[in-house]
Amino acid sequence: MKKIFERFSPEQIREGFLISVIIIVVLIFSSLIPDYFNARFVNRLSTSIAIIGVLAVAQTQVFLTRNFDLSLGSIVGVTAYLLGQQLWWHPEIPPLVAVMLAIGIGMVMGAINGLIIAYGRVPSLITTIGTLAIYRSFLVEYSNAVPITTNNLPDWIVNLNQLSLFTINGFEFRVLFGVMLLVGIIFHLLLKYHRFGRRLYAIGSNPDAARMAGFNDRRIVFLAFLISGGLGGLAGFMYLTRFGNIMVLAGIGLEFSAIAAAVVGGVSNSGGSGTIIGALLGSLLIDLLENSLFRTVAVSEFWRDAILGMLILLAVAIDHVVIGRLRLIWARVGFKMETEESQAQVEGADHGK
Amino acid sequence: MASKNNLFSRIAKRLRGWEGFLLILLIIIFLINSSIAPNYLTVKNQINLFVLYIERIIVALTMTFLIINGEIDLSVPSIMGMSACAMAFYFDRGMPMGFAILIGIGLGIAAGIFNGFWIAVVGINSLIVTLAMQISYRGIARVFLEDKSIGKFPEWFNFIGQKNILGPLPLSVILFFLLLVIAIIILQYSGFGRRVFVIGNNKEAAVYSGVKVKEVKYVLYIASGILSAFAGILLASRLGAVRGDLASGYDLDIITMALLGGVSIFGGSGSLYGVFLSILIILNLRNGMSLSSLSGHFQTGVIGLLLILSVLGPNMTNRLMEWRNRRKFAQESQEACE
Repeated sequence: MKKIFERFSPEQIREGFLISVIIIVVLIFSSLIPDYFNARFVNRLSTSIAIIGVLAVAQTQVFLTRNFDLSLGSIVGVTAYLLGQQLWWHPEIPPLVAVMLAIGIGMVMGAINGLIIAYGRVPSLITTIGTLAIYRSFLVEYSNAVPITTNNLPDWIVNLNQLSLFTINGFEFRVLFGVMLLVGIIFHLLLKYHRFGRRLYAIGSNPDAARMAGFNDRRIVFLAFLISGGLGGLAGFMYLTRFGNIMVLAGIGLEFSAIAAAVVGGVSNSGGSGTIIGALLGSLLIDLLENSLFRTVAVSEFWRDAILGMLILLAVAIDHVVIGRLRLIWARVGFKMETEESQAQVEGADHGK
Repeated sequence: MASKNNLFSRIAKRLRGWEGFLLILLIIIFLINSSIAPNYLTVKNQINLFVLYIERIIVALTMTFLIINGEIDLSVPSIMGMSACAMAFYFDRGMPMGFAILIGIGLGIAAGIFNGFWIAVVGINSLIVTLAMQISYRGIARVFLEDKSIGKFPEWFNFIGQKNILGPLPLSVILFFLLLVIAIIILQYSGFGRRVFVIGNNKEAAVYSGVKVKEVKYVLYIASGILSAFAGILLASRLGAVRGDLASGYDLDIITMALLGGVSIFGGSGSLYGVFLSILIILNLRNGMSLSSLSGHFQTGVIGLLLILSVLGPNMTNRLMEWRNRRKFAQESQEACE
């Protein structure tokens, strides 16, 4: 057992654990529900994961800097509505421009968050609770209770939801799911190998040290919120294609799902640790639970939120109690290996003499 | 005579700071509202405002304690909803109203103990714990009532907080002022209150100087749970019916009341006098906006802005002062050199 702890990093162990939990959940539900794992269910699941997955990526990179973005749900709602309205009034807008527009709208809102948090030094919780309300009330006032309906939208955006790149046995690989995977891969590489990503981790694990090392922490936090807003805008675009009918309450509560996905996936709000793969696995688990509970007869769907909250708490508690210890073991092994190496070097040097 | 001077100087000292600013803000809002509605500034109207927002202002008291302590409780609106829903559920199943109310309060205490356990004993960040529990308790409220709405409570319950029992004062408002006085005494004039401040200022130092940090935090979360449950039941009595989404979104108002009142979000400073002034400001601001027929959603947006400004404003003035001091210092040293 100890060998396993020494070979794999705590993050990898956690991801393996998550995958086994997901498999167990699937097994439990398929024994409860007849014809559980059919193509229709998987296809629907893949579109709904696409939205939560993108939001989880957004939340992850904000989380790494020890901040929150509670306004994501409102950003999704506002973007979906504004974009829907633009497409309603100007159906000739090409798809690529529409996506850019969505990301741009989201980025404006993200920039407002980022300015207040990074340069105004207002805690992110306070700022985003405030902007959550402000963006939502802007949407309600601006829309005048006129909903966007599927009939008013150009055909391509309504059909995009069903569009798939290829189909195997009725299991479709949908475009939206592909977009989420692409976002996931880009941000995985960004966080793992790019300077910006490494700085997010640095600020999260020790803000003071990062500042002393000369990182412009304000600009990095600002950028994190800007990107989070942009991804929120992208999710708003996906929301529009998925539902078509946008009311003023669109996207409410999505920020909780995003936080749940990130936290369950092992992204820590207090230590600058966590991976995109973990966050995506977390969104898979949460979405699987939500969509499956919806189909069970034995458990009422009203249990969904109660379970979601407990899942977050459980994940944080495990993180607090277990992962911290694993990390210690991991660090000790790394230290031992390093000292052995340096000792070998010293011995080698002795022989040379 | 000396003590009187002392009192005056103390009040004057408070007025020169944040509380004075709040008072000016309050007077401006009074003036604007009075110009919209001619006989606005009556005692009756003010009492009416307190009755309308009684649930939020009661919970704002415990929120003040928690934020000064360096923690936060985001789960309060969900505890309010959960307790009220449990009460309605058991009443609907034929339980006498009194027992149903006790169950509601009991759930609030349980929620406080549960939150307190994870935060005070295990030591997890209160933000994450109470955020998760905000979702969970709301979920439990939904489990109780699903998408039904339960009403038809007994007559006495519907008037519980609204019947005038002392002149124009209804029970709920008297209760609030009683709680306010108790809270002021505890926070500002008792050993427990000093400990709350000390922990908020520097938790490590508090631990090493023998303050029982865990116990203080535990007590605060349990108090928050009880008062939230009580507020939820008052809300149910005021509305006359309970739904699963009862009180959702109230956290915005409650946290704004505390922070606008000059309580530092980083913990360690704040006073209930300021919070009382900010409660008055928010009540009258909301009423003024209703008088100018602005919608509820617009009002929520304004409160959100106020929340951000109440932290941003002091931050900015502090930085401006720092910058000015630094420039003054630079100038002086330059002059000295010359």
